[in-house]
Amino acid sequence: MKRDYLKIDKVVGPLIQVSDVDDVFYGEVVDIVENSTGNVKKGKVIKIDGKNVVIQVFQNTAGLAAGNSTIKFTGEAFNLPMSLDLQGRIFNGIGEPIDSGSDIFSMVEANINGRPINPMAREYPRNFIQTGISSIDTLATLIRGQKLPIFSGNGLPHNELAAQIVRQAQLGDDVDEAFGVVFAAIGVKHDDEKFFRKSFDEANVMDRVVMFVNYADDPIAERITTPRCALTAAEYLAFEKNMHILVVMTDITSYCEALREISSAREEVPSRKGYPGYMYSDLASLYERAGMLHDRKGSITFLPILTMPNDDITHPIADLTGYITEGQIVLGRDLFQRSIYPPVAVLPSLSRLMKDGIGEGFTREDHAEVANQLFASYSRVQEVRDLSQIIGEEDLSQTDKKFMTFGRAFEAEFLNQGFDESRNIIESLDLGWKLLALLPLAELDRLTPEMIEKYLPQDE
Amino acid sequence: MAEIEENKVRGIISAINGPVIKGTNMTTFKMREMVMVGKNRLIGEVIVLEGDVGTIQVYEETEGLKTGEEITPTGRPLSLKLGPGMLKNMFDGIQRPLEKIQEISPIFIPEGIGLLSIDEEKLWDVTITAKPGDVLLAGSIFGSVQETKVIENRLLVPPNISGTVIEVSANGSYTIIDTLVKIQDGKNEIHELKMAHDWPVRTPRPSAYRRETLVPLITGQRVIDIFFPIAKGGTAAIPGGFGTGKTMTQHQLAKWSDADIIVYIGCGERGNEMTEVIEDFPKLIDPRSGESIMERTVLIANTSNMPVAAREASIYTGITIAEYYRDMGYAVAMMADSTSRWAEALREISGRLEEMPAEEGYPAYLPSRIAEFYERAGSVETLGGDDGSITIIGAVSPAGGDFSEPVTENTKRFVNVFLALDKSLAYGRHYPAINWLESYSGYIKILSDWYEDNVAEDCIDLRNKMLELLYEENKLQEMVMLVGEDVLPDDQRWVLEIAKIIKVGYLQQNAYNKDDTYVPLEKQYAMLKSIEYLYEKGRSGLKLGIPTSQLKDADIFGQFIKMKYTIPNDDLSGIDRLKDTIDTYYDALFKKYEN
Repeated sequence: MKRDYLKIDKVVGPLIQVSDVDDVFYGEVVDIVENSTGNVKKGKVIKIDGKNVVIQVFQNTAGLAAGNSTIKFTGEAFNLPMSLDLQGRIFNGIGEPIDSGSDIFSMVEANINGRPINPMAREYPRNFIQTGISSIDTLATLIRGQKLPIFSGNGLPHNELAAQIVRQAQLGDDVDEAFGVVFAAIGVKHDDEKFFRKSFDEANVMDRVVMFVNYADDPIAERITTPRCALTAAEYLAFEKNMHILVVMTDITSYCEALREISSAREEVPSRKGYPGYMYSDLASLYERAGMLHDRKGSITFLPILTMPNDDITHPIADLTGYITEGQIVLGRDLFQRSIYPPVAVLPSLSRLMKDGIGEGFTREDHAEVANQLFASYSRVQEVRDLSQIIGEEDLSQTDKKFMTFGRAFEAEFLNQGFDESRNIIESLDLGWKLLALLPLAELDRLTPEMIEKYLPQDE
Repeated sequence: MAEIEENKVRGIISAINGPVIKGTNMTTFKMREMVMVGKNRLIGEVIVLEGDVGTIQVYEETEGLKTGEEITPTGRPLSLKLGPGMLKNMFDGIQRPLEKIQEISPIFIPEGIGLLSIDEEKLWDVTITAKPGDVLLAGSIFGSVQETKVIENRLLVPPNISGTVIEVSANGSYTIIDTLVKIQDGKNEIHELKMAHDWPVRTPRPSAYRRETLVPLITGQRVIDIFFPIAKGGTAAIPGGFGTGKTMTQHQLAKWSDADIIVYIGCGERGNEMTEVIEDFPKLIDPRSGESIMERTVLIANTSNMPVAAREASIYTGITIAEYYRDMGYAVAMMADSTSRWAEALREISGRLEEMPAEEGYPAYLPSRIAEFYERAGSVETLGGDDGSITIIGAVSPAGGDFSEPVTENTKRFVNVFLALDKSLAYGRHYPAINWLESYSGYIKILSDWYEDNVAEDCIDLRNKMLELLYEENKLQEMVMLVGEDVLPDDQRWVLEIAKIIKVGYLQQNAYNKDDTYVPLEKQYAMLKSIEYLYEKGRSGLKLGIPTSQLKDADIFGQFIKMKYTIPNDDLSGIDRLKDTIDTYYDALFKKYEN
């Protein structure tokens, strides 16, 4: 029989401390019942020291006092009921329904922390997902089972891009392969959440979306559980129900801020910029839940969005993310300011899994070469632009002038595309060739003669 | 496997904080002893003892653990079972085979699966060479087993045992726990020798003495073999921000290095990368043995989402396995990807112990731990009298790509080769993105004799000359950024043109091309020599007053850029033909100008 505890020793931010406690386990879920109203807040044991226990409370701790609440240890880990009925529903950050629907009942429960996937059980992701966006499909190809974050900045159209990907992504090769979306909003503005809901509606996928929402004005401790609830749902749908799941998560920056706030409340030794030393492992415990398995049909493709503070890619949040994820799609402010949508900064963007998912049998034989050549040439464009800043465009060599022309056309025609415009990979590759034809043949050193022969448009 | 004495005193869990727990009633526990924690018997290691309170780092997820549960001692430090069955396999950070874990739990790695190690049921065909009456010294070889198609496992007398053989089993099939030989030591104690023996991971295995490192580790990668060579038994670090290709470079080295044994540690990195290794390596054929490269490879995986304490241990597990094969007389190369994750694991544990942090939250003992680790590399004479070596190549993941952070800085102090990966090269898709200005190899001098004897008399001179040319190009580029290329005098423009060939045609190497992924030294040298030939031809032309625009023939330059693809690795006659082409073109050009 579990005892109830009536006295709270200490309240610091989202943490409370209770003393003289017996028989609780690390990670146990706790109900904190306000005596006068009967309101229940949930919490989790995050530290045990002798008979003192530290509990992280998922709701606001305002109003808690030494003697006004009863603390009940539930004897359970943080589990969520799992069912296909999750689809089409909206939950808060600890998995409680916040739409008008009923609670989820199921015999299947899953621990939201998950467990690491055995690398032996993984299948190396190889299937190309067409997003219909030229810059991504051609240059930073998304692969089924990949974790590919969008590195954005405040005010940049990352939400639009994510919505467009959800709308246009062709996840399954066969129509009968089920696909779904799991959406986690961590510390987002109400407007942003509305925007996504509207986009899902327009894309006609709302009944296949599971939403977990923690608003910007919700308690921060709940931000820690929001992504875990979402990924647990994704794992269930993908690996138990054989669905192809696209997980969209925004904003990882809010998640990390919450992590820092709690760490500081716990008086832990900080590492870079005050973020806890375990932030890498903690982020990895989220990102690594994406993937494919040998003997399961489903997959989890993970598209986390983060806003880089001050557009700084070396900021710990972006930096640690980049070390774990399989590439990144970086949005550039200068492109955005020149009204190019989606403002994908091509050079720092990268898809690590692309090499095995493109080419003959996946996209087209010339894909790798075209991508390489576009990168190399566009990289040269940057150098030429720097030079022209100094000596003026008039004084550039003939070749350099052609690079300037290519650069402008590449941004205006290749990168730039409509919010509702979907281009298939063949169209994107052909467009790439058309632009490369603007350059002198001698500068196309990443292309083999056979491919040039076959694909390079003759004359202008 | 660990026999736990029932009457041993057990500790009681008193505090839990993530992977760090505390127990009371632990006066009989030893520092660094391996323990079983709680009713799930999670594996842990004692890291602090103070009075009757012990602090333990736990190698498995601690969720669900309660205070009051027992801590059971095992009586020995965290150890590995060293024997045949490690090659071609993948283990977690404390040598538990992931394949066997998969049999227990098909997808996820659960906690409480206990201590597993190499297969104790598999039968091996053993040849025993020791005879009754032989004196076996510590570390000597008493028999052999064909562990894989290419590697013979030489059965070692454990480094702490020696004596006279009193009993020998017949050759035949045995498991790793069968007794093969019995020896009697000086104190008349009898020891049983088996195929496998235990060794504590944190204790370096002894060797007779250290030798000088005089032979390069041939990797087939031009920028490394010619410009920044790594000696067998040496140490190298590959630092680079994310996206610069650390893992890719490490994979290339694991695939193509001419070591006998490869130990590859995926330390806190991506799960898919280990999966890629498991899928790719068996398909790749080692150019020297003609068999799959997996036949000589041991994999250790502690992916970034696996428990952090086991990440700290994984590095030691890897190096101990490397030392075991070294002691058989093999040249072992060990890749650790990434040592930064190991350092971060140290930091995390240190933080939970509430130790006073030094720089950026890392513990003050970080430099000494890094030094201890890299010092386990080396070229040695083994206790058995053979030559063995361990080369350590550690990837470093500096926060924000900034090389002045503590892990990179301290690693730099203890390694001899520094292969700096560069973000801007990676952005331009110049791979491997090893920056030639920032990288260095401390082995050039001691390896120069080897290069002179085995490659070419002028190999090192050629390397120095070309490197100088690249330095000069770098300075010129700064000028070009200010005034444009057209203003430069012709001889400087010629340097820029040749540097471009070196960069694009030589330093860039395509890991996905079947010829270019591994290039024999002979071709590496011949390619560079031919670039020098072109450079000197052009300089003769400049003396005749021929402008660079005339000297630069698009066709010849194109051939140079593509020569890595067009000239097969086993037939270098194309390079001679290329020289003929140069001669024909330039002789004609020079004639025109002389007249």
